Amino acid sequence: MITFALVPVEGWVRFVCFMIPYLTVGYDVLWKALKGIKNRQPFDENFLMAVATVGAIILGEYTEGVAVILFYQIGELFQSVAVGKSRRSIAALMDIRPDFANIEDENGKLVQVDPDEVEIGSMIVIQPGERVPIDGVIVSGNTSLNTAALTGESVPRDVSENDEVISGCINMTGLIKVRTSCEFGESTVSRILELVENSSSRKSKPENFISKFARIYTPAVCGCALALALLPPLVSLIAGIDPQWSTWVYRALTFLVISCPCALVVSIPLSFFAGIGGASRAGVLIKGSNYMEALSRVKTVVFDKTGTMTEGVFEVDGIHHRDDKTGKCTCQSENAVFSRIEVDETHHTHKNANDICETCKGHECKLLEMAALVESASSHPISRSLIKAYGHEPDRTRVSDIHEYSGKGVTAVVDGEEVAVGNAGLMEMLGIEAIPCNKVGTIVHVAIGGEYAGHILIGDRIKPQAHEAIELLKKKGVKKTVMLTGDIKAVADKVAAELGIDEVRSNLLPSNKVEAVEELLGEQTGNDTLAFAGDGINDAPVLSRADIGIAMGALGSDAAIEAADIVLMDDNPVKISKAIGIARKCLRIVYENIWFAIGVKVACLILGALGITNMWAAIFADVGVMVLAVLNAIRALSTKRA
Amino acid sequence: MEINMKKTYKIDVDCANCANKMEEAASKTEGVKKAVVNFMALKMDVEFEDGASIGDVMKNVLKNCKKVEDDCEIFI
Repeated sequence: MITFALVPVEGWVRFVCFMIPYLTVGYDVLWKALKGIKNRQPFDENFLMAVATVGAIILGEYTEGVAVILFYQIGELFQSVAVGKSRRSIAALMDIRPDFANIEDENGKLVQVDPDEVEIGSMIVIQPGERVPIDGVIVSGNTSLNTAALTGESVPRDVSENDEVISGCINMTGLIKVRTSCEFGESTVSRILELVENSSSRKSKPENFISKFARIYTPAVCGCALALALLPPLVSLIAGIDPQWSTWVYRALTFLVISCPCALVVSIPLSFFAGIGGASRAGVLIKGSNYMEALSRVKTVVFDKTGTMTEGVFEVDGIHHRDDKTGKCTCQSENAVFSRIEVDETHHTHKNANDICETCKGHECKLLEMAALVESASSHPISRSLIKAYGHEPDRTRVSDIHEYSGKGVTAVVDGEEVAVGNAGLMEMLGIEAIPCNKVGTIVHVAIGGEYAGHILIGDRIKPQAHEAIELLKKKGVKKTVMLTGDIKAVADKVAAELGIDEVRSNLLPSNKVEAVEELLGEQTGNDTLAFAGDGINDAPVLSRADIGIAMGALGSDAAIEAADIVLMDDNPVKISKAIGIARKCLRIVYENIWFAIGVKVACLILGALGITNMWAAIFADVGVMVLAVLNAIRALSTKRA
Repeated sequence: MEINMKKTYKIDVDCANCANKMEEAASKTEGVKKAVVNFMALKMDVEFEDGASIGDVMKNVLKNCKKVEDDCEIFI
């Protein structure tokens, strides 16, 4: 082309010389333009490009005509390469779909089958290095699972017999046999994939704006082009000045070059798609770009307490024995020092009840030991917490005559002595006067030899990351944090104070939680939004009432995935601020692209109309902007620093 | 009994604007309640009017889409 431009040929020879590259590069554009005319699609981009370049050639601007068509084609090529590549990289992020499941046939040989064909309750074999194809329960074997693809956490999860395994995880070390608990289509992995793939159907405001804008933009620019080609020359003609037809027509043609809204139309959905893909890689599933947008404007975050800010798992919080001298419990003496169980291996872990512990003079150790021994056969969460606090496996040979009283507790004979462990109801039943605890939590009373010995306080533990989670939210500019709980005020206030939560509402029934959220929603101003984070089990109505419902620890919980707008795959509350960070970054990219693309185009239109720039700048505004916008959109994939 | 009148089709289209045009064309086709084109996933979700014959409607959808964008394809 440059050669042609430099070759000193004139007239029709020059024309023919330029037509060779023009037709080579642009024949399909012209062909599509003709088809567009046939289908009455006047604003078809091929048609506009054809008009612009043919116009330029007619005006004798051969070089520009060829250059525009060439760059246009390069741009199209780049667009499909870039979009295809990002499509693949997003698909690779979501590449958690298992290809096969192993089933043992009659001869004990492993057969690979399509996971779709595996029925509920089938036995599947998962070898090290393979992906768990379907949710199920381990029948034999133990291993560590890599859950990174689902939760974004790289710490492997150790599982053994009777543990649940979730599809999408990678089996790292040992061979396991799993009985499937659902069909492939209902498995976690299928649900996640479906959710992410469908997420772009729920369009956000910027996306709706862009599709409307795109519809108006092309006709508007074409209208301006027509006006520019006709009006100034006609006005000049009437005024008796030289109309300069070719100048104005050329300027109008530059308009046509910029008339495609492709940069915007490609890059905005791409940014959201990339953002949602990146977020799901980090263990945050966002159900639609509208939620992504709402999340970026969050100003109030409401939490449920149990399971969200606390572990939802019971743990021994204190042991209060009855003092023989005063007949009172340690929690009731005036300058009470509550014994708390820290994870201290030397304390409260004696094998023998007669050993004297330095710290508690043996009273509390004995209480805990008795409770643990009596409850040793039970799998109730409270029994588990007692045994865990006891520190080692209870010696069951010391225990006999175990009687379980449903809803009350357990009695047994330990070392020849009758021991009762249970709630106030059990004590009443046995005719033993229990001393109520003045601390909050679940109380387990212990009576030894028919006499009240004291009680053990069991509480829920605050999640280790909860404090950091609240702090990070504040740093992200969340104005208000609220905690809702059905627990009594004392417990709630304590947790809130410990975590630095601004407001706390206690003693709430599930319906009160909805009311509380509605009241808080009423306090929102402008575009601010409110997010509610809960474990998704009892709070489905609240999840759906809030602007954004965030379900936590939802790995494997279908109900939570259904009810929430955003699903955190693990139960780490820090992920809430991470999700906000991802959403903010994505929206920032979206707005950058909108302003950048529209800005450059408008600037080029104005400069073009004034004759300051030419078609070269116009083609840059069209192709260059799109390339840059697409590259910018891809940034949303990376969520490391969000 | 409620029949699920929603189907997802794989599509092939080159440019994002064309995908938008397809969405508009498909939505305007008779028998279609709502059509959403997902350019990134190359999918078209079509929700049909009650009682519409899916086969016939999709033929028209494809025809209308071809009209606005010659290069597109819907894998019915």
